Amino acid sequence: MDKRMSAADVVAQLRDGMTIGIGGWGPRRKPMALVREILRSDLKDLTIVSYGGADVGMLCAAGKVKKVVFAFVSLDFIPLEPYFRQARQSGAIEVMEVDEGMMLLGLRAAAWGLPFIPTEVGLGTDIVTRNPDIKVIDSPYDDKEWVAMPALKLDVSLIHVDRADARGVCQIAGPDHYMDDWYARAADKTFVSCDELVETEFFRDPAQARLVHWERAATTGVVHIPGGAHPSSCNPLYGFDVPHFKAYAASAKEETGIQGYLDQYLGASEEQYQQNVGGLDAIRSIELPTY
Amino acid sequence: MTAATDYTLAELCIVAASKAFENDGEVLATGIGVIPRLAASLAMKTTNPDLMMTDSEAWLLSEPNPLGARGEDFAQANETWMGFSRIFDNVWSGRRHAMLGPTQIDKYGQSNTSALGGTYDKPKVMMLGARGFPGNSISHPNSFFVPSHNTRVFMDGECDFVSSIGYNPGRLPKGHSLEDIDIRLVVTDLCVMDFGGPDHQVRLVSLHPGITAEQVQENTGYPIHIPDEVPTTAAPTEEQLTIIAAMDPHNQRAYQIKDNPAGDPAAGDRS
Repeated sequence: MDKRMSAADVVAQLRDGMTIGIGGWGPRRKPMALVREILRSDLKDLTIVSYGGADVGMLCAAGKVKKVVFAFVSLDFIPLEPYFRQARQSGAIEVMEVDEGMMLLGLRAAAWGLPFIPTEVGLGTDIVTRNPDIKVIDSPYDDKEWVAMPALKLDVSLIHVDRADARGVCQIAGPDHYMDDWYARAADKTFVSCDELVETEFFRDPAQARLVHWERAATTGVVHIPGGAHPSSCNPLYGFDVPHFKAYAASAKEETGIQGYLDQYLGASEEQYQQNVGGLDAIRSIELPTY
Repeated sequence: MTAATDYTLAELCIVAASKAFENDGEVLATGIGVIPRLAASLAMKTTNPDLMMTDSEAWLLSEPNPLGARGEDFAQANETWMGFSRIFDNVWSGRRHAMLGPTQIDKYGQSNTSALGGTYDKPKVMMLGARGFPGNSISHPNSFFVPSHNTRVFMDGECDFVSSIGYNPGRLPKGHSLEDIDIRLVVTDLCVMDFGGPDHQVRLVSLHPGITAEQVQENTGYPIHIPDEVPTTAAPTEEQLTIIAAMDPHNQRAYQIKDNPAGDPAAGDRS
């Protein structure tokens, strides 16, 4: 099965009001080219589930978002995502705020077809008082109460990987695949952008196959977009773009806000975007961060 | 081991905070921020070599990494993969001790990392979000580091958003006891505290050189239990300072407390 498609093909399968999971973590390996294609579309009222970075900030600022399910939204070296802050502080979005681990449990529940997974995480905190959709239940096995973390069922997940083949075998060669395997499994459809498109034979080497974190049946479509994680990182191919994120954060303080940022960078296509940020070679030469 | 006389307040805090990990045994020590990370590193290098630390990205190390750029030929001492999903396996096993710096800490030891003021639907100041605080706080021991001890951090009343569970009987989950909650040290630029007072009241453990109990109380929005005898926070030894300098070759610790003051004001200003 040939699952190759374009970013426009992916967005054509999205609908207003969908729940969309976005892989990666903060400023790390986000499917930003697919996010940009959403920014170019008329989509609205989306619910976004994400270990959030600029993906969440941009979509909120562009008016695409009804609700965000989050544990944090951060650019790491810029701790507070500027546009997510604005969206929260102006009351523009609904939220479901959870613990990082609860989000993982919610994705697992969805992936496994369970209504919820019990956990003690969240007890005694405002996670359980501020979320009417998160119930605290009794256990059939002990006298304690437990948080019933509901399944975070996703209509679609968007993920960026290092490389994939046309059949949807996806490799993440960087040090962490984060929760992307669970995003892939929790969604009805998972669309993956990849920096490199490879032949299936590439994975015959066990060392390469070991870096494939979910099987191809969980991948719906593959979009070949070299540099497609920019301005987030795709370690080990490239780091995150510190000057670009600084300019992005600074734009939130300008009167023109996100529109000024989008006018300067977004373009009508990913080719135009990459020209506006200095080209693919510049993206691929961004140094990896030191933690 | 001789006590140093020439050291900064940041270095005093690192040494004081490293004591939090001394008797932990074989747990993952997670220090978020420069001073907590150096505290955990110092403990792993000296008092508790059984500690585990990560590279703050995805690998567990047998030797802590120095902070900042480490040069082309540096090879970190990986011992296993420790990506974020596996961190939660560790967290929920309880074999971890985190030291973090929340924006608010109330009299119950509950903390806030999420939102300040306004309403929850429209907060005046949106911060990070709950992050991993809910899970950390109910799963394993936690300590706090506060670089500026004042009544905005240690505020009157309850946190605007409770990110982590504390010793609050009103929020205690059914079937749990307050003894299940394990908040260890609170290290600030003025003192070291814990929650070992009567009924888990916050208690003064030691005062940094030149600081009085009255000063600490004035800068805390709720009553502190002050024992009859409160020792002075132990000065770093020369050996500890050497290790700290090696773990922080770019001197990031000099930028963690405003104006980087001397640890002992009587010994002169080093900054």
